[in-house]
Amino acid sequence: MVDASESIVRHLPPYARGLGIEIERMEGHAPVLAMDFSERVQGRPGYLHGGALSGLLEMAAIAALQEELAQENGKKRIKPVNVTIEFMRGGTVQRTYALGRVTRAGRRIANVQAEAWQDERDRPIATAFLNIALRD
Amino acid sequence: MSKPNIQPDLFAKAMLKGGHGGWLGMQYHAHGPGWFELALPWKEELVGMEESGILASGPIISLMDNCTSLSVWTKRDTFVPQVTLDLRIDYTRAATPGSTVIGRGECYKITRSMSFVRGIAYEDDLDDPLAHAAGVFMTIETF
Repeated sequence: MVDASESIVRHLPPYARGLGIEIERMEGHAPVLAMDFSERVQGRPGYLHGGALSGLLEMAAIAALQEELAQENGKKRIKPVNVTIEFMRGGTVQRTYALGRVTRAGRRIANVQAEAWQDERDRPIATAFLNIALRD
Repeated sequence: MSKPNIQPDLFAKAMLKGGHGGWLGMQYHAHGPGWFELALPWKEELVGMEESGILASGPIISLMDNCTSLSVWTKRDTFVPQVTLDLRIDYTRAATPGSTVIGRGECYKITRSMSFVRGIAYEDDLDDPLAHAAGVFMTIETF
């Protein structure tokens, strides 16, 4: 459970700080997260690890939802139910960005997507779809 | 073409010395034909919610990605370069703060180019998993 008032934008959790995730900028209410390439996020030599990329995507999705809920009342707690990640391209040795988008936030469930890219924004390297439970 | 004689446990141990798996602190646990287990000991740096001490879900995704990918090689009985096509994780409960999480990956079907996997993440009891995983790996020409 995450209290939506404890926003990732204001306070990155230890795991995100460890990966080197930073807030690049805000786009509307959602933050663009950025993660530099380092040995900590490397999978096979010269490529980003799918799990590290998934961690970045999930963080972007949760941050986007927290910011959207904060616009409403900010009192809901959130709990991811599941995540599906599709990998389109191998992430290479460079900075990676991710942005989440709330497709729908209902009373009990939010459907959130996130997309990750590197040097070309219109060539995503991976996308994530999350179902997130909401609790008052 | 003859298959190289593979030792997935030695491969995993070498792989987990560095990179993302090394930073997470992932370790070899056990393996057999078509399955592979890795361990992820709890550490402060992997926490998702500071006040609760509960592991972030990202490390669980990495654990399941790695153990299911290693299970493909135990199923094929050879090393084939591959990439993750997709991966789905269902979080059935929160990880227990301080507990080591075991990721058990199983490759249940292979074709020439695709490997279908499933797995669970658990602590002490296989019947009480904290996450379920399903995914597909695709064979590539070369790393």
